[in-house]
Amino acid sequence: MKNENNQILLDVQNLYASTQDTEILKGINLTVKRGEIHAVMGLNGSGKSTFAKVLAGHPDYTVTQGKIQFEQQDLLALPPEERAQAGVFLAFQYPIEIPGVANSQFLRLAYNTIQSKRGTDELDPLEFDDFVRGKMKLLEMNPDFLDRSVNEGFSGGEKKRNEILQMALLEPKLGVLDETDSGLDIDALKIVAKGVNHLSTEQNAMILITHYQRLLDHIVPDYVHVMEAGRIIKTGGKELALELEKHGYDWLHGDRQNNAGISA
Amino acid sequence: MSAVLQNLVNQPYKHGFVTEIESEIAPKGLNEDTIRLISAKKNEPEWLLDFRLKAYQKWLSMSEPNWQNVHYQKIDFQAISYYAAPKPKKKLASMDEVDPELLRTFEKLGVPMHERAALAGVAVDVVFDSVSVATTYKEKLAEVGIIFCSISEAVQKHPELVRQYLGTVVPVGDNFFAALNSAVFTDGSFCYIPRGVKCPMDLSTYFRINTEGSGQFERTLVIAEEGASVSYLEGCTAPQFDTNQLHAAVVELIALDNADIKYSTVQNWYAGDENGVGGIYNFVTKRGLAKGVNSRISWTQVETGSAITWKYPSCILRGDNSVGEFYSVALTNNLQQADTGTKMIHLGKNTRSTIISKGISAGKSNSSYRGLVRITPNARNARNFSQCDSMLVGDQCGAHTFPYIQVHNNSAKVEHEASTSKIGEDQLFYFAQRGIDSEEAVSMIVNGFCKEVFQQLPMEFAVEATKLLSFKLEGSVG
Ligand SMILES: Nc1ncnc2c1ncn2[C@@H]1O[C@H](COP(=O)(O)OP(=O)(O)OP(=O)(O)O)[C@@H](O)[C@H]1O
Ligand SMILES: [Mg+2]
Repeated sequence: MKNENNQILLDVQNLYASTQDTEILKGINLTVKRGEIHAVMGLNGSGKSTFAKVLAGHPDYTVTQGKIQFEQQDLLALPPEERAQAGVFLAFQYPIEIPGVANSQFLRLAYNTIQSKRGTDELDPLEFDDFVRGKMKLLEMNPDFLDRSVNEGFSGGEKKRNEILQMALLEPKLGVLDETDSGLDIDALKIVAKGVNHLSTEQNAMILITHYQRLLDHIVPDYVHVMEAGRIIKTGGKELALELEKHGYDWLHGDRQNNAGISA
Repeated sequence: MSAVLQNLVNQPYKHGFVTEIESEIAPKGLNEDTIRLISAKKNEPEWLLDFRLKAYQKWLSMSEPNWQNVHYQKIDFQAISYYAAPKPKKKLASMDEVDPELLRTFEKLGVPMHERAALAGVAVDVVFDSVSVATTYKEKLAEVGIIFCSISEAVQKHPELVRQYLGTVVPVGDNFFAALNSAVFTDGSFCYIPRGVKCPMDLSTYFRINTEGSGQFERTLVIAEEGASVSYLEGCTAPQFDTNQLHAAVVELIALDNADIKYSTVQNWYAGDENGVGGIYNFVTKRGLAKGVNSRISWTQVETGSAITWKYPSCILRGDNSVGEFYSVALTNNLQQADTGTKMIHLGKNTRSTIISKGISAGKSNSSYRGLVRITPNARNARNFSQCDSMLVGDQCGAHTFPYIQVHNNSAKVEHEASTSKIGEDQLFYFAQRGIDSEEAVSMIVNGFCKEVFQQLPMEFAVEATKLLSFKLEGSVG
């Protein structure tokens, strides 16, 4: 039997973070084991993206309290690029445009950097081209996107797909998808969901930040968390998302006093 | 801007070292006697001394320009020594005879000269201080009738050619610094491509400024006869010194009918320390005359060094259907200042010009693009396209664009595009989230930004330029 501790990939304890003296995260607790899929929901401005960016080490935010363990290693001690190299991947809610840098070049540099940190073989431009085209096929992406500048002029949905392409290339241990479903048409949603399911294994884990049940129809979560004002106020199974869809977030407040784990 | 970005752009100068070769230095100061001394030292014909003295008289009547967007302490022209030459040793026939100290210098620069000459098939006319030390591949060039030598040698061996063209594109009184150069230039390169000859290799000159406190006044003259073509490379770097060094070069290019001159520069002179102390003042006049029909003058420059850069490689498009091009990357960091751009003067019919300018500012530096496009009344169907892009690294630097467009013929078509972008924290974070550190990220963004210009450079030069930009923006991150 496996050591229970080895199964824990990410352990967030009492995490507080602020930006410019405004406290945004106010005591997040979350444990993610290998093989699990967690959904994080919550009202606009509740701190979901901030949580994702703090995991990835965005310089705008200062962690004032709490701990993040990733594979039993202190994640907060690592600069952002080393977190990525360790296997933390963030699919951005608003992927930034990088004019002048060809997507193919960027993807290959990212791929080879991570490969070399893992001690595996880097690919030359020709090998990489074959490899990336294979992944693009899976996501039904037009190879023309390789020649364009990173995200420049991409439609909202195209940017999201480019994020998932990167996840497919980098094969992270923990994928954090920040509203990857927003802006995707129905077909694209299915393709992306298929891609994510395909990438999801017993060894890795996903955190899906979303507002909609429709994503969770395709990618079934093991847990659903609800964030409010910088902390997780409720955790349940996949049926929690359905309930929320039906009743809205107000319904939780009626229910609040019964909810264990909420501090006063 | 974050500490990361700040550190990133604070890379110390890697080429800061002084080669110890004994120099013979003229006493400081400038007067007619100094000019006569230079002319005598170089055993010059009478007409050249007259040329110098005329320039000196013009210079005396002129005052230093102050319209450019740069600031520096007044230069004391009497505190400069106008002649410095390595102590004469015996004539050098081959690279083996070159001072090993000098060779080591090139090695430190990462441009092993012998390797470049041999592997890349480049003839290197090494200008060390003001006197040529060695020239290679001369014979091969001579076979096709090309003359490529120092201008002093050309004055001795081909006086009629020098006399015919010197000062015809940049007249002695053109501007303050050009007048100064015309009065006191000590060396430089001369290149003559005869009728119908396509130069079989890129011609390359490495310039170095080496004697503390000595000004450098290079003079370059390139002539392409009818149907001739040449690609000329100029690259330079300088050792780290504590006093400002004035550099006021003049480059003249002349292209006759159907001739083609491509002139590429990678400039990496010492820019001063992070407080701006000790850098080179680079006040250069570069001008090409597209004299003949269907001729072409193309300037490509990658400007990364100097405390102050003030230069406008220009094209006078006199021949009908002639073409002028200007591709430029100017990178400034710390307290560097650059005011650079071009002038495209359309005189002939159907003349075309293209301007692609990329300015990158980091640290507390300031960079300005200043460009003039003038379509004269006789220039029917003239075309110009200009694109000026600026990129800011951090938020303490500045970029400015001053386009001057003068159209005096209504058949002309002139287009101007400009943009400003910024390497932001969020872009760097995006790279970091994919495992890529900020140095590599900045290098990739900047090289992407400069792509259109680098494509114009000969292959090895493009590789060097790419590395150089990364160097300049690299730093001890974290
Ligand atoms: N860099 C920042 N500077 C100032 N305020 C910020 C910053 N980042 C986040 N905030 C604020 O923190 C709060 C949480 O923002 P966050 O983006 O994490 O919300 P979210 O839950 O992802 O919302 P949405 O569902 O709309 O994406 C918001 O009020 C936001 O304005
Ligand atoms: Mg969000």
